[in-house]
Order: sequence, then structure tokens, then C-alpha cells
Amino acid sequence: MKTCLVVDDSRVIRKVTRHIVESFGFAVEEAENGEEALAICDAALPDLILLDWNMPVMDGLAFIQVLRQRPEGARPKVVFCTTQNDVAHIRAAIAAGADEYLMKPFDHDALQMKLQLIGAA
Amino acid sequence: MIDPGQVALGIVAGLLEARTGQTLTADRAWRVGTALTHVLRGNALGSLDDLVVRLADPAESRLAQQVVDALLNNETYFFRDRAMFDILAARTLPELQQRRAATRRLAIWSAGCSTGQEAYSLAMLIAAEPARWRGWAVDILATDVSPSMIASARQGSYTQFQIQRGLGALEMVSFFGETASGWRAAPALQRMIRFEPHNLLDAPPFPGRFDLILCRNVLLYFDRPTRARAFDRLAEALAPDGRLLLGAGETTVGQAQALAPIPGGYGLHGFAPMQERLRA
Repeated sequence: MKTCLVVDDSRVIRKVTRHIVESFGFAVEEAENGEEALAICDAALPDLILLDWNMPVMDGLAFIQVLRQRPEGARPKVVFCTTQNDVAHIRAAIAAGADEYLMKPFDHDALQMKLQLIGAA
Repeated sequence: MIDPGQVALGIVAGLLEARTGQTLTADRAWRVGTALTHVLRGNALGSLDDLVVRLADPAESRLAQQVVDALLNNETYFFRDRAMFDILAARTLPELQQRRAATRRLAIWSAGCSTGQEAYSLAMLIAAEPARWRGWAVDILATDVSPSMIASARQGSYTQFQIQRGLGALEMVSFFGETASGWRAAPALQRMIRFEPHNLLDAPPFPGRFDLILCRNVLLYFDRPTRARAFDRLAEALAPDGRLLLGAGETTVGQAQALAPIPGGYGLHGFAPMQERLRA
């Protein structure tokens, strides 16, 4: 089964996202911030990471920068899912190694389209 | 079928058919009330009956257009059926380019373009390969029966919801810019497309003899005889060796004499070989 890590400091967002991603056939794990997410990646790299930008402790951009430096860190597909909805943030995310970028709020169809674009659906 | 007792609904259905050729099938009739909510509210009308009374006034042509716009299904998104656009980019456009090497001109028509996403997707396919298309005149015409859809498409403004549907992040920031209320197509992309109101049942638009026509998920709203007339019009508009792309699940088989699916073409159609020779 494909695995997905949902990284977001909002419990509600994690719950909604989990619900959508499980409907795509993923087994889902959750993390509240980048540091927790790195610990989970240490144990086993997921196939897909859905990543919030603004989080306490370690934000999404810092997380992906660390992840992509690691051996095997290029493997998971990473999609930013964030309220940061301007060109500068999108370009910064792509430059840091994000595969796609989804602006909140999003729905089932929008996420599915993004995952299809990167071959993760 | 629509219940003949529903007079108001019948009048609204007649208006839609007269203006666009589209039929209000049973699966669309049930949601007329919802579709017209904004029109009723915006014109201080209490019910569908009140609406048809106002529509009887010849001076209410603006209201009639609002009704038609509300009833049209304008569902669309960028690179709808992405696999089809991949085929266009990898196979169809290069083939057409080879055939037009002498003139270095290509005419493409997005028929029934709604809010313009299909036309902008085509423009992005071309713009993404500047070296391939350098020195070429690629004319993209996008038409819709609804003038307000054309105005919206020409504006090239999209909400955050619309821009995310089908468009990759890199495509988004490369071809669109932020505005106060959402996103807008870059001027260079807008300049690649002509947007014009046009009814598919009318004579083909300028310049005619299109090398590629996209008419996807439009004809399914026509009844069979009207669809046959629309296919005749599309055939008139297509170059002898041109290609017509229909939506997934749509076909010319049994509905258009001159046109036939291209084997392995995933929705691409062309003239049957004999027709191609006759029209050349």
C-alpha cells in the first residue's frame, strides 16, 4: 500500500486531508510540524508528503530543505498544501524541491488533479 | 422528458434551444431552479413563473441572455483530460506542423470554450516550446455561444479555485500572474488567442479550414438531429487533412458521415480517406 505523510499543525486540516488521501488508497501518517515529520521519515520514507508551510518548531520550507539533502530524500513526492498563495512562495517551494503546490482551501478534486500531475495518484 | 405541465420550464427550455441549439434534457431539467437562483434574486423575481412573464417582454433580451448563460454548463478546467493534451503535444501538433511546413501557419479552433481554460491550455502547449514554433503563425480562435463567457475568457481572470484545477504550479507561475482577486493570464498568452462569440450551428468562423478543432463536451447537450447539423458545420470548418478532437466518450460514429475516428487517436477524428481526397 502507498503511504502518505500529512504534515500540518491544524488537527482539523489533518483529519480532512487524511480522509481525502485515504480515499485515494494511501495509508496515512500524521505529523504536527517539520521536526515530527523528519522523525517519521527517519523510520520509513513515505511515498507522498502533503506539507503545510506555516508551522511551529519547524516550518514546511525548512523541512523540505533538510529532507531533500538526505540520502533517499529525493524519493518522496512532496506537495505543499498551504494558505501562502503568492508567486514568491510558490517559486521558493519549487526551488526547494517541491513537486507540486496546492493553495488552501482545496477539495478532493483539486488534490487528486495535483497527484495525477506528479504521478502519485 | 420534461413534464408538459411545467409550462414555465418548457418556456425556459425553448429559450435555451432557440439561442444555443442545446436541449434541456431530463438530467439537466431538475436543476434549473438552482441554476436560475441568482438570476431570480438579481432581478427581484419570486419564481420561475414570474421570470417567464418578464421574458415575454421583448425589451427583456438582457434578462433572456442571463437565463441562457445560467443554464449552460460551463464546467471546464485547464488541461482537461491531460493525457489528450500530452498526445496533442507529442504527436498531433508535430504531425500538423510537418504538413504545414511550407506555409508555417497553423489554425486552431477551441469550439465551445466556456471560460477559456482549453484555449489557454493550447496556448501554453505552444508557448512551452518556443524553439519549435519560432517563425510560425499559430492562430488560436476560441468561441462560445455565450457573449458573457467570451468576455470572461478574454479577460483571462481566474479564481484560486479555477487556477488550481488542472494547472501545475510551474505552469501557474510561468503563464499567470497574481491579481487582487485571483490570477490572470500573462499578456503574452492572451495575445495568442482570439475570443469571439459564435454559435456552432452557424457558418464556420474566420479563417475556416482549421488544422485542429477541439470541440469537447459540447455536442452532448444537443439532440441527435442538431448534433448532426453541428458535425456538418465542423466538417465544413476542418481542413481536408485536419483533426477534430472530441471529448472522452464522444464520437462521430453513426452521427457524421464525413468524419471518422482516427485509429488509436483517443478522440481524434478526421475525414474518412475518400472524403479527404474529395476535399483536398
